[in-house]
Amino acid sequence: MGAATSRDAMLDLAPFWSPIRLTLALATITTAVLLLIGTPLAWWLARSKSRWKEAISALVALPLILPPTVIGFYLLLALGPHGPGGWIAGMRGARTLAFTFEGLVLGSVVYSLPFVVQPIRAAFAGIGERPLEVAATLRASPWDAFWSVAVPLARPGFLTAAVLGFAHTVGEFGVVLMIGGNIPGETKVLSVALFELVETQRWSEAHLLAAGMVVFAFAVILAVFHLEKRGAEARR
Amino acid sequence: MVPRARRPLMLGLGVQTPLCMALLGLLAFGSAARAADIKVAVAANFADPFKEIAAKFEASSGHRLVASLGATGQFYAQIVEGAPFDILLAADRATSAKAVREGYAVAGTAYTYAVGKLVLYSPTAGVVDGAATLKAVAFTRLAIANPNVAPYGVAAVETMQALDVLDALRPKLVQGNSIAQTFQFIATGNAELGFVALSQIATLAGGSRWIVPETMHAPISQDAVVMTGAKEIAAAQAFLTFLKTPQARSIIEKYGYGGGD
Amino acid sequence: MSSTGDQIAVTLRGRQGAFSLDVEFAAPMRGVTAIFGPSGCGKTTILRCIAGLTPMTGRIQIGTDLWQDTEQGIFIAPHRRHLGYVFQEPSLFPHLSVRDNLLYGARRASAAGRAIADFDSMVDLLAIRPLLTRSTRALSGGERQRIAVGRALLSGPSMLLMDEPLSALDRASKDDILPLFEVLHERLAIPILYVSHDMSEIERLADTLILIRDGRVEASGPLTAMQTDPTASLLSAPQATVVLEGRVAQIDTDFSLTELHVDGGVLIVPGQHGAAGDRRRLRIAASDVSVATAAPVATSIVNCLRARIIAIHGAPRAPHASILLALGEDGNGATIAARITRKSVATLGLTPGLAVYAQIKGVALIASRTAG
Repeated sequence: MGAATSRDAMLDLAPFWSPIRLTLALATITTAVLLLIGTPLAWWLARSKSRWKEAISALVALPLILPPTVIGFYLLLALGPHGPGGWIAGMRGARTLAFTFEGLVLGSVVYSLPFVVQPIRAAFAGIGERPLEVAATLRASPWDAFWSVAVPLARPGFLTAAVLGFAHTVGEFGVVLMIGGNIPGETKVLSVALFELVETQRWSEAHLLAAGMVVFAFAVILAVFHLEKRGAEARR
Repeated sequence: MVPRARRPLMLGLGVQTPLCMALLGLLAFGSAARAADIKVAVAANFADPFKEIAAKFEASSGHRLVASLGATGQFYAQIVEGAPFDILLAADRATSAKAVREGYAVAGTAYTYAVGKLVLYSPTAGVVDGAATLKAVAFTRLAIANPNVAPYGVAAVETMQALDVLDALRPKLVQGNSIAQTFQFIATGNAELGFVALSQIATLAGGSRWIVPETMHAPISQDAVVMTGAKEIAAAQAFLTFLKTPQARSIIEKYGYGGGD
Repeated sequence: MSSTGDQIAVTLRGRQGAFSLDVEFAAPMRGVTAIFGPSGCGKTTILRCIAGLTPMTGRIQIGTDLWQDTEQGIFIAPHRRHLGYVFQEPSLFPHLSVRDNLLYGARRASAAGRAIADFDSMVDLLAIRPLLTRSTRALSGGERQRIAVGRALLSGPSMLLMDEPLSALDRASKDDILPLFEVLHERLAIPILYVSHDMSEIERLADTLILIRDGRVEASGPLTAMQTDPTASLLSAPQATVVLEGRVAQIDTDFSLTELHVDGGVLIVPGQHGAAGDRRRLRIAASDVSVATAAPVATSIVNCLRARIIAIHGAPRAPHASILLALGEDGNGATIAARITRKSVATLGLTPGLAVYAQIKGVALIASRTAG
């Protein structure tokens, strides 16, 4: 934050490292958590005939429509001392889950949920009943068939989900701004740092950071396409 | 680049009223897009007094005001990119001055329409008890506005420096990106107390508060300025003039702002 | 229905949308039992219910294994039913190699301590060794279906269910696979339930036939009995046919003919087939059989057998009648059908019990090419 004086001096890259590390950690952990809870959710949404299915589906998709500031505000309430987050925080003697890295993970999970659930759900739905029926007639229990047939067949969906979840968390801004409290090393992630640079009109640094994010995102997506292509060739 | 930051922060408006009320108010506000308008970029902290003043102004002048609420820095970036505002009601003095210097605003139109008052506030009674509260440090989180972005944040930092408690409090600080967000941190209980604008809590009863003496920080002057690209220069000038009338001044003061120049 | 442990006993009753199923049948625990009927009659649903893929009220007993009894609240999950299922489309797992497809069920069955068929001999039996290293994508429809059959058989099933396994294939692939199925029929110890709407497949493979119409069992029993059953629909159809079991008696290399013994007579078919003692299926179309009351002289037809009329069926105004004939001078042999005009019946004065000569224009050998 002390970089305000270097506005017109040489670019000082040191303040970037902490937000970059933090952002990568946040995106990695968030993606892992999302895959963990998104997979059974997507499975259920793809296959259940429950009458609650559409309602749950709409609920999951809600972050796609709601402005981040709205989600951020509700999260702030939920994480706070009067919400469930405060209750959890209270167990370890804290007041709130807001302004913590864990709180950011929670917020990012909620916000990126549809980006992970939708591709996996579509992939599961695309498999159809048949491969699972075949597996059942070949002695595979539903659990076995899920891992040995459904998951491998839905692999492209998982890849897309992971990339979208990761990229969306890296790019997420409104929610982390609302629940993060901009604490360096704890909740000050790249997008917030970038916002601050733009707000204070330190545009050359902002451009550098933004370009870095663009290059990173491009590299990640390219890598995934490459992996996917190699995977497809290997199966040929 | 940061597409979301470019979106007008419609929800940057404070939570003086309960959330749903604020949302409803915003909807009404946003849909005020009618013909023949003065487009005003309004610092989010000034949203409520603006609404009241605008109603009076529209009644007496026949002009219409179309307000965009948001962060001043963002408005500046939008103006540089050609946003069609007639008036900027900034949250500070520097941005208006810079706009004039760089030719985006009309020289000589800058007017300090409000001087913000900084207040240390907690929704819980008995938490805030003057400057002693800051020295006792009997809290876990103190919310301030990001001093890199918001003038109230600068004033908060200056106040803590003046009291020589900044270094001690640094680990307790959480920063809202705007003074509105800072208030949300406190209102939702995530931070026990924080430095906010008096205008945000002037109409709230209860809690505990300490209005920071103006000697402890540089004045939080909020300047209005007419944009060079304004389509309604005369009407814009008329509105600035209206801001100086006793009728407008009393509204501004009612909301906890100091007088202008 | 009796539920002795030596048969397949199935009772199913239920609805699927507008379609209702109400069937009860028994089939032997050996050989091929074909379930035959027009499209949409419920054949596939029956098979899916037996596999447990479509739940429906009823009772399913396979030998000594009770797979389902709704009354007792028994429903064994599909993966615990020890069955092999061959779907209409081969449905190979695209993410697995041919070898891993074949071993998918085998690994799970042997992990559960079940004896499974030897991989190498199954691969050789199905002639799929060259395909093992190929990707499933690079296979023809016939190759895929052979692997699907091998995959099902390698999982150590106590019964094989086949749902129109040839109907998605082109003619050439069908001709490729049918002989293979005949070999399976000969070698497998487990019963096969074979759903089809193609009578030519059934003539080649089935021992037992279950006729299904509109979700009900129309008739069921041994194949030949069904083909000659006046109450079933097969006999009255213009393409009525009877399948006979024959044993090769001798091969005439001079004229290139094969002589086969059937119950009640000897039949001669063109070509040299197998060796003396081999069992073969013969197919005789009712329209290829004519009836004479005296021994024909100077005819080009080589197959002329003595027989006795068992029964004559025909609608009063229809041009044709179906005549059931028992082969042999005393009428103790196998039954065949003849389709002749009612006018001939009247002219010749044909009546049940009459000794006649059956002239058979064409006898088709339906034999596996691999063994022939």
